[in-house]
Order: sequence, then structure tokens, then C-alpha cells
Amino acid sequence: MSDITAPAYRTIPIIPALKPGAMEGKGPFVASDKLNEAIGFPGQLVEDWHDRAIARMGELLTKYRSLKVFMDACVHCGACSDKCHYFIGTQDPKNMPVARQDLLRSVYRRYFTLPGKLFPKLVGARDLTREVLDEWYNYFNQCSECRRCSVFCPYGIDTAEVTMAAREILDSVGYGQKYSNEIIGKVHKIGNNLGLPGPALQDTLEGLEEDVKDATGIDVRFPMDVKGAEVLLITPSADFFAEPHIDSLIGYAKVFHATGTSWTLSSMSSEAGNFGMFIGNYDQLRAIAMRIRQAALELGVKRIVVGECGHAWRVAYSFWNTLTGVGDGADPNDRFAQMLQKQLDHRYKQPAHICEFTWDMIQDERLTFDKTANDKYIITFHDSCNVARGSRMGDLPGGQFEIPRNIIKAVANNFVEMAPNTTREQTFCCGGGGGLLTDDLLDLRVKGALPRMEVLQQAVDEHGVNFMATICAICKAQFTKVMPIYGFDRRMVGGVHQLVSNAIQLGAK
Amino acid sequence: MASIVFAILFYLATLLLVVGVLFRISTYAGTPAPLKIPTTPAPTTTGGVVLRMTREVLFFESLFKANLWTWVLGWLFHGSLALVILRHLRYFTDPVWDWVAFIQPFGMYAGITMLLGLCGLWARRLFVERIRYISTPSDHLMLLLLIGIAASGLSMKFIAHTDVISVKNFFIGLMRFDIKPLPADPLLVVHLSLVVLLLVVFPFSKLLHAPGVFFSPTRNQKDDPRERRHIAPWAKSFEVSE
Ligand code: SF4
Ligand code: SF4
Repeated sequence: MSDITAPAYRTIPIIPALKPGAMEGKGPFVASDKLNEAIGFPGQLVEDWHDRAIARMGELLTKYRSLKVFMDACVHCGACSDKCHYFIGTQDPKNMPVARQDLLRSVYRRYFTLPGKLFPKLVGARDLTREVLDEWYNYFNQCSECRRCSVFCPYGIDTAEVTMAAREILDSVGYGQKYSNEIIGKVHKIGNNLGLPGPALQDTLEGLEEDVKDATGIDVRFPMDVKGAEVLLITPSADFFAEPHIDSLIGYAKVFHATGTSWTLSSMSSEAGNFGMFIGNYDQLRAIAMRIRQAALELGVKRIVVGECGHAWRVAYSFWNTLTGVGDGADPNDRFAQMLQKQLDHRYKQPAHICEFTWDMIQDERLTFDKTANDKYIITFHDSCNVARGSRMGDLPGGQFEIPRNIIKAVANNFVEMAPNTTREQTFCCGGGGGLLTDDLLDLRVKGALPRMEVLQQAVDEHGVNFMATICAICKAQFTKVMPIYGFDRRMVGGVHQLVSNAIQLGAK
Repeated sequence: MASIVFAILFYLATLLLVVGVLFRISTYAGTPAPLKIPTTPAPTTTGGVVLRMTREVLFFESLFKANLWTWVLGWLFHGSLALVILRHLRYFTDPVWDWVAFIQPFGMYAGITMLLGLCGLWARRLFVERIRYISTPSDHLMLLLLIGIAASGLSMKFIAHTDVISVKNFFIGLMRFDIKPLPADPLLVVHLSLVVLLLVVFPFSKLLHAPGVFFSPTRNQKDDPRERRHIAPWAKSFEVSE
């Protein structure tokens, strides 16, 4: 890993000069036969990949209105062109969102439109050659599906949707990415992305109970597979063992403890992350989400609460109801969804984010805090893209921005914002989302983090910020890895519930 | 002779435009949107969605956030184009509606601002490195086509007047399937030919962004996935087979 360099900071905002080919051939490792076959894809690039890829594209065009409209509607205005953190960090023009889409669009035009069939050169249409396929593999695995570009496009064209379609086509011809497919295999086989088996999980939870007891003198429980608990907590598996993730898990447990809420984790469904979304595959997305419905039915819980994980919250908030019926408003004859929806308590939002849960409790005055416990920190908040641009919290549009900030302000005294055009719906991705959080892409991840690092540095210089809170497991893992390369302390990153955990008064109520 | 050729061309081009665009719209409308994917913060009610769409279509809200130059030029062009098209209604109505008569002078200036907007957009395409990178030959040609239409139209107004009475007679006649003579004016021939070309190209090109914008799920969906189960017909079939 000798060629990993942190680009120098510049004055923001900046539009970098183009460096064509800068990231050519820098895609991730290809998935092995074993990994692909384990989740139902061809093991290797199939012989008739050309025809199968085109056929798959045709099929997706009839199944997804987003893809269909997005392939036609782009006017090459370039409004999105300088909005991608990977383009800003790598300067490779194919990392401009519109250019990334065009890798697919050029083939769409050639095979599915009249002008592309008649005058390919004129409209920028291309045959699907092996070079084009490799280009897809390379550049569609350099998109974190963060959707920042879609905020700025006059037609709402969402490159994430295009990336998902491209990855779906690649997987369908046996050209999958190692990291994502490996993780999907693990979640099916063992129940979580990290491959932690049930007994190991149990051990970890018992260890945590001891740690918290040592630190606070109070018996905070970390229950697993408890039938009849009120709340089923679904959280990213990183929360079970990695730093700083685990501090947030302790925070959730303390909130449940302090409010007297009975809760449980599920060993069969010990994962909130859903990499099915990253590869754009509806069946995988659904199969992985289905575990949650099963666990909820088996344990008989009344509420489902999701921990600090960005894309998991997007899947939970936006897709769970569609995929599995966790939510409200199913048709009376929708048997599967009805089963679950009868059981859930609809006085509460289903599913709920842990931040919604905690914020409700704070508003009901069921929690007390010693804010000075966080006085050593000057805190800023990094909006994670899948929360910011793909989901919501609470009742009002934009609740996903307000609620985490409100919690921070309730548990700590020093909070400052980063530059406004880089937060909320315009937030910059951490650089590790979308199935790119793998060491073989470290160079890309470091470069993709550049815009966030520049803005953070600004906040450090102006306000003395020494803690960046975030509510995403991928953000936490990515930042702890790349921030030292930019000269920051890795402990500067942590969860919102880590701050809650520091300040919460357990004996008080 | 020219009048017969143009009459046929206009009939065919209009037919192609209408059928082509309707066909496109029907494929957009007929393709399911299996997942809720509005870009947030998104409205939670239908009224909110209508407002969001209106702001997008009339004011190019997202483009405004994205790039001020592109917004100014794009808005100048589209706004002017709208006025110019409305002004042209006077060639198709008899008597001319009052409000169409009222906007005539503005429509004339709009022709000029439209040309300015188009030239500005083309300059961006030529001189801004990353926009040049993403441009295909057809992107340039499309701008040239529109510039040609605007320039030929304006020159009939400001350089060599054409016989607008005959032009009007021709189009009114066209609408009644009664072909009247068209003045033999080279500028007019150029102008009308380019317009025919535009009508033909429309349903096959990126001009589909006009109907497309209304079908973009990231903008037209309500943000209510927890309240209502949203499921596409093809996805429902998975459940039945279980
Ligand atoms: S990484 Fe984000 S901004 Fe870049 S192309 Fe993908 S979705 Fe768009
Ligand atoms: S902003 Fe939208 S229309 Fe403009 S180039 Fe990007 S994707 Fe295309």
C-alpha cells in the first residue's frame, strides 16, 4: 500500500483540473467463484456476458422507472459534475457523476435508442466491449452511492441508482466485487456482516455488562433473544466490538436502562447493514431484510429500533415496509405485512431510529444528563449521506438533521457547525460508503475523504473542534482509518450515543 | 411547391412529435418505481410534492443550488423560449387572443435574450473544461440548432422582413387542412426547416428531459414510506410464492 497519498488541502470550494485516467484500473478486488456462487451469481465472467448484460439492462429498464427516466433525461448540463467527493479528490473526470452515468448511458443509447443505433458517434453511443465492461467495474465501484449529485441535478438524476443498476448487471454476468459479495455471504450464513457467531456475540455482550458495571456500578443489561421484549434493537455488527462503535452501543443500552424499556438483540438478525442495496439487487436486499421480520415475529416485539448506521437506516426507513412490511399502512389483503403490522405498536413510528427513541425520551423528561461530562469536547456533527439524503426522522422533513443535533445539544455544552454547504442534504460522504470500505480501495477512500477533511480542518482551526459525532458505522470505520493519514487523531470520531453515554445519569430516575 | 413540401413536413413532424412523446411518456408512466427513493428533505404530502415540482420546473431550484452561471443562462434561455413560443401563437389564432397580442413586444426581446442564453450555454460547453469533457457532438448540435432557429427568426424581424400575413395564412390553413402559399423567403425557409428538424429530433433526444422531469422518482415521490406500504407489482409476486 505504498501509493496511498492524502492530497493537499485547498481553499474550498474548488473545482479541480481534470486528470484523465487518474483512477483507471484502481477498482476493487474481483469476487471469487466461491463468493459469487454462494449468493447465487455466476462464479466468473460468463462466456456470453455481452448478450446477458444487455438483456439484464433491458430487464432493469422495465423494472425501474428511475433508471429508465435517468437514461433519457440527462442534458449534460454539468450541474452535478463538481459535486462528487471522488471527483474532487481524484480529479479523474470519469468520477464526475454525469460521466459515471454516461458509462452506462452510452451503452443504453447504442442498444435501446434509435439515434444510438443509427448514428452512434453523434450521440456518444458505444458498443459494449470488454473495455467498456472493465470500465464499468472500475468506476461503478468508485461511487459510494451517496446521492450528493442528485441533490443538485435539475431532474433529480440519482447516480446511486445508475451505479446500483450497473453493479447488478455486473453481478449477473459473474463480475462481482469481492468485499460486498463476501459480506452478503456472511450475513446469510452467520447472521451479520462481520461473521460473528451467536456464542461469540453472547460473550461480547456479557463482557460489556461487566465493563459498564465496573465503570458505573450499575447493572446495565445487554440482552439477546429475549422473547416478549418490547423493543428489538437492530444495529450494525461493528457496534459489538469495534472502537468507537461500541461506545454507542453502550449508550443505547444505558438509554433503555434509564427509561426502563425492555429490549433485546437477536442472534439470528444481529445486523442492521444491508449490502444488498449496494449491489442494487432487489432479491438480496429483500432476503437480508426478511431476517428482521422473522426475528420480530419470533421474539414477539412491539417496536423495532435501528442503531447508528447510515445505509441501514435508509433501508429500514425507506425500504423495510416495502420489502417486509415493517411499518404501517399495509393493504388488508396483504397477508405477510398484516401479520407483522398487527403485532407492532403503532403509537410509535415503525421502524424507529435510536435517535428518535432517545429524543422522544429526552422530550418526555425521562432522562437526565450531566452535560459537563462532555465539556472536554468541542463537537461538530457529520451528516451521513444515507441518513441525510435517503431517509428521515421524526414528523417533519429534515428531522434527520435536527434530531441528532438536538440530542447532542441536550447532552453537551459545546456544539458548532461545519461550513453550511457541506452539511445537511449537501453533506460530503465520508468516502467509504456504498461497499467501498475495503483495504483494496484505501487510496480511493483517502482521496474521497478530502472534502470532508478540508472542512473539518476549517472547523478545527476556527472553533477548536476536537470531536466529530456521526451516526453511521461506515463513517466511523472510514474516518478512524483515514483521519490519521490527514494528521487527525482517530479518537476524534464517535457516535452521538457515545456522547449520550458519557452524560447520562443512570441512578437519577 | 415549397408550401406543399412544408405542409407535408409539418404534418409528419407534428405527428412524430406527438406520437413519439406520448409513447415515451407512456413507457415512463408504465415502468414501476419499486422503491421509495425521494431525495430528502422531501415533502410528506401530495401538495408538498406539487410545490416542489413547481419550484423545479418554473425556477430550476436544484440547478440554482448547483451552479449560478448555468442557472442564469439556462433560465434565461428557457424563460425566453416560453415567451417566444407564446408569442408565436399569433400565427395560429384568428383573431389573436388579447393576451397574446399583449405579450408581442416582450416576445420580441425574448428572442434576443434567448439567443444570448443559448450562446452563453454554448460558451460554457466550449470553454469550461469539465463541461467540454462530458459533451457529445449532439450536445453541440442541439445548441446550434436552437441558435439557428433563434437567429433566423430574429433576422426576419430585424434584417429582412418576411410577409407575416402570408405566413399566418399558411399556418391557419395548415390547421384546417387547406394548404395556402408560403412566401418564397430564404430566411423563412431556413427558420421553418430548422423548426421541423427540432420537432423530429425531440422524441429521440435529451429534449426528453422536459417530460422526464415529471417522472423522476427522486423528485415526485412523497416521503411517507413508514406510513404506507409501497410495493411494485413485480415485487409482490415474491410474496405470493412464499
Ligand atoms: S459517489 Fe455520490 S456524488 Fe459521487 S457519483 Fe456516486 S452518488 Fe454521486
Ligand atoms: S446535473 Fe443532471 S442533467 Fe445535468 S449533467 Fe448532471 S445528471 Fe445530467
